[in-house]
Amino acid sequence: MPRYYTDEHEWIDVEDDVATVGITDYAQGQLGDIVFVELPEVGAMIEQGKDAAVVESVKAASDVYAPITGEVTEVNPALEDDPALVNSSPEEDGWFFKMTIAAEAELDALMDEDAYKAFVEGL
Amino acid sequence: MSDHDTEDFVEDIPLKALPLDAWHRAKGARMVPFAGYEMPIQYEGIVAEHSWTRENAGLFDVSHMGQLHLTGEGVEAALEAVLPIDLSTLKHGNPRYSLLLDENGGVLDDLMVTRWNDGFYLVVNGATKWDDIAHLREHLPDEVNISHMDEHALLALQGPKAFAALERHVIGDTPLGALTFMKGATFTFTGSIAGDVWISRSGYTGEDGFEISVPADVVAEIADLICAEPEVKPIGLGARDSLRLEAGLPLYGHDMTPETSPIEAGLIFGINKRRRTEGGFPGADRIIRELVEGTARKWVGLKLEGRLPAREGAEVFAGADKIGTVTSGGFSPTLGAPIAMAYVASAHAAPGTPLEVEVRGKRLAATVSPTPFVPHRYFRGS
Repeated sequence: MPRYYTDEHEWIDVEDDVATVGITDYAQGQLGDIVFVELPEVGAMIEQGKDAAVVESVKAASDVYAPITGEVTEVNPALEDDPALVNSSPEEDGWFFKMTIAAEAELDALMDEDAYKAFVEGL
Repeated sequence: MSDHDTEDFVEDIPLKALPLDAWHRAKGARMVPFAGYEMPIQYEGIVAEHSWTRENAGLFDVSHMGQLHLTGEGVEAALEAVLPIDLSTLKHGNPRYSLLLDENGGVLDDLMVTRWNDGFYLVVNGATKWDDIAHLREHLPDEVNISHMDEHALLALQGPKAFAALERHVIGDTPLGALTFMKGATFTFTGSIAGDVWISRSGYTGEDGFEISVPADVVAEIADLICAEPEVKPIGLGARDSLRLEAGLPLYGHDMTPETSPIEAGLIFGINKRRRTEGGFPGADRIIRELVEGTARKWVGLKLEGRLPAREGAEVFAGADKIGTVTSGGFSPTLGAPIAMAYVASAHAAPGTPLEVEVRGKRLAATVSPTPFVPHRYFRGS
């Protein structure tokens, strides 16, 4: 299952025609203790680069952008009761939402794991 | 991912380094711009640092704050002309909270004033210190000398174990334990650290603790000494903000500004009793009027339902009517719930009043709450 990364520190797993989206371990480390995650509505159309979710840490609110364009099909129910999952398991249990892939070409411009690792090292 | 947060950038000028800059970085701090300095926002994480301070002791570097020494003939009367303070009741060594007000009674800064043998020691906010110095220079007579103690650093050691940790290292004419809340004295550090330090039992977390003014050239040595104690960890600005919010303590530039009066802000203790009738300080007409007539709005605490915090700028509603604005807000690690401070119309300011706060188009249920949200634990004597 290929995993892609954005320069806004989101990851996307693609399985068949469904993408699962979350934020990277680097992102959760930068945000600090997460106390609330505001997720999009199931059925919402989200557009690449536009607001998709909001993460509230103790200190601040941060936007999470849609890594690609598509329709939200499922959100992670575990984050409602335990938003700290994003800190403890950002790239597995702390996933944010699943979505359709409206334009496969958008994936091509994203980074793979090695490219993202190099990108973070350069920050 | 992008941050909504707005830091207190003063101006677009190069950031200055604190005397402990390298010390913070060596301790793994994440540095951010604040009040014109690069400052440590956190070391291991805000919640861990917050809880550590509530349970043990945290060392904060607050060297960005302005330390001023005012001396000269007539300094006492001159200071009473610019501050609503009653210096006749201020004993040597004791810090007292006061307010720098403009002619309309708007708040220019809040500060601590301590009587020293040869004058007064003032601690003012970092982001406002240059404006404060200019304001004081303009309004104090030439006979009063204002010395900016920029060769001094300022540390705060806060928490229930602060006394135990500090007591092992300082000696003075009076024992450290003789200092109760809002008292101060001169001490020296044991060992090879030269020179006097000024210590007061005060702080900004609601906990027992101390503020320690030390020469900048020995601050790293002192910070190492204190942090080597098992009770002590370095704590960043992030936890400083969540701790003071839980303690219901206002933050200048957010909870009070030139657009707010101290009476609206509930800071009546910053206007000393004699001055409430005598006046004779900037903005006295408005403040004395507000003391009699009340104010249209009041600064209150809010407890929010759910987990979503309301931040500065969020609007407060009673039914369909917008009746206020949040000035500080966040998630309380101690309570495990969001809390906020807001100005609301006085008709809706009574504790227990149900209100709503709007965050990103959603209305969150909130209740006016007494402050502090977490009880103060100051040391007032055993």
